[in-house]
Amino acid sequence: MSFWRRLRKFPFLSWLWLIIGALYFVLPLIATLEFSLSWDPELPLKAYQRAFEDNDFWETFLYSNALAVATIVVSVILIVPTAYWIRLRLPEARRLVEFITLMPFVVPAIILVFGLIRIYSSSLDVPFTEIELMPPLTNFKMGTNILIVAGYTVLAMPYMYRSVDTGMRTVDIRTLTEAAQSLGASWFTIIARIILPNIRSALLSGALLTFAIVVGEVTLASFLGVDAFGPYLFLIGQHRAYEPAALSFVTFLLTWLAMGLIQLFTGGQGQAAGAH
Amino acid sequence: MAQTALTLKKNDGTAANWRTWLGIAPFLLFAVLFLFLPSLRLFTASFTDPDGNFTLNNIIQLFSEPFIVNAYKLSIQISAVTALGGGILGFLMAYAVTVGGLPRSLRSVLITFSGVASNFAGVPLAFAFVATIGRQGFITHILRDYFGLNIYDHGFNLYSFAGLSLVYMYFQFPLMVLIMAPALDGLKREWREAAENLGATTAQYWLRVAFPVLLPSILGAMILLFGNAFGAYATAYALTGGRIGIVTIQIGAQIRGDVLYNPGLGYAMAIGMVVIMAISLAGYSWLQAKTERWLR
Repeated sequence: MSFWRRLRKFPFLSWLWLIIGALYFVLPLIATLEFSLSWDPELPLKAYQRAFEDNDFWETFLYSNALAVATIVVSVILIVPTAYWIRLRLPEARRLVEFITLMPFVVPAIILVFGLIRIYSSSLDVPFTEIELMPPLTNFKMGTNILIVAGYTVLAMPYMYRSVDTGMRTVDIRTLTEAAQSLGASWFTIIARIILPNIRSALLSGALLTFAIVVGEVTLASFLGVDAFGPYLFLIGQHRAYEPAALSFVTFLLTWLAMGLIQLFTGGQGQAAGAH
Repeated sequence: MAQTALTLKKNDGTAANWRTWLGIAPFLLFAVLFLFLPSLRLFTASFTDPDGNFTLNNIIQLFSEPFIVNAYKLSIQISAVTALGGGILGFLMAYAVTVGGLPRSLRSVLITFSGVASNFAGVPLAFAFVATIGRQGFITHILRDYFGLNIYDHGFNLYSFAGLSLVYMYFQFPLMVLIMAPALDGLKREWREAAENLGATTAQYWLRVAFPVLLPSILGAMILLFGNAFGAYATAYALTGGRIGIVTIQIGAQIRGDVLYNPGLGYAMAIGMVVIMAISLAGYSWLQAKTERWLR
């Protein structure tokens, strides 16, 4: 009797959906791992060894990490003071800024890079003269670095803004600001030494998400001709079999690490980004 | 303290306003330089002929040139199929871990997994699927060796519509889970109790109460998934090397070299895409706002 009752209450269907989804999720990872280990039965880690021995891997990977750090720094400098100011003094700008931060969903990476290239592949001249103010950004290394970090900052904007704004909601910005001002703190001090530390877990989650978007991004990187990790992975995928599988698995682990840390620090909602 | 805050606020509301706006000027300047100007440039260029005069020709050709019409058709089909498929699977999984009676601990595991999967895209995702159901893939071999079924003899091809849809699903259904789990949490226990007290069966409860309440949210999420797939470029490019003619791939080809032999048409194609993305985002926010009436 009680067995049957318990059986009837057992959520078969729920388990079924969960298992189907879990298989969808896990099988490609198992397949990738299995394939990456199958190069040489004597030396299962050969693909990983070879992949890590390649200098280009380290160069592109470190470069992508540097781009990610630059993007995070630029995003924080742009977004934290803006979100702070909106909460403190300029609530009427909220709708406008939220609208802007949603724009990257409307302008996907491929369109963004199209527009960036069209604008910044010509030089900036003083109107009606031949005097050149700035050479085309796409023509020199620093220029493409600026463009790509700007582009990544745009792509990360929805996630960064949302994280920061949510983080500030739980902090009494006004009181903190007034207290700091009455002690003679400057705006810079207030933001850098009072606001930032108070929203650090929100910042961290925004930063990790940005990291997950930027490392491995291909669209902007390949069209701007930047030697980043994404294009490198694509390139070795054309010529090799086992190393790309190994690096794909490593990339997955890194994404996993970033998301796990976000979960740990925010203790709740996962977020989704879009570098598809 | 509250008094000071109040007076502060009052002062801001008056004439010295432009100074206050200066506070967000750096952000606005950045958005203009790296988001609006590039978009605007594509927009104006799509209304310009090669001689620099205004024209509507590019927009008209968008609907008549078979090459472009087919690209849009294919993109819309893939996005719709994966939004529907990913939406259904994602909804069922979100249902399973929220109100479906599974242990609560599974919920946070699934949410984290979904966060990872929805961010796992592009080149590594394409490679993972090649290793899974490519010609020499793990599943392909299992099906062949243990079930005597060679899917490649039966018309399956990873580098085609079906294959790409299967790959897109990998980041589609987790996104659905992430959106739907909070919405399902919003279903009030009282509604179910009330329905049961009135003699409703489980099926009736779902059909007449829960589903209608959730419908805007489900539709909205699926529209978001649609846009998510529609804008995807890297995954398709990495998987097919540009051999599948969806809109993003064709735009990519147009950036690399003027394959349409008409730059203006390339810009128009990009703008057409922005319009579709804008419609889907607007649809999502509209439906999301409708949902909030019930689910808070």
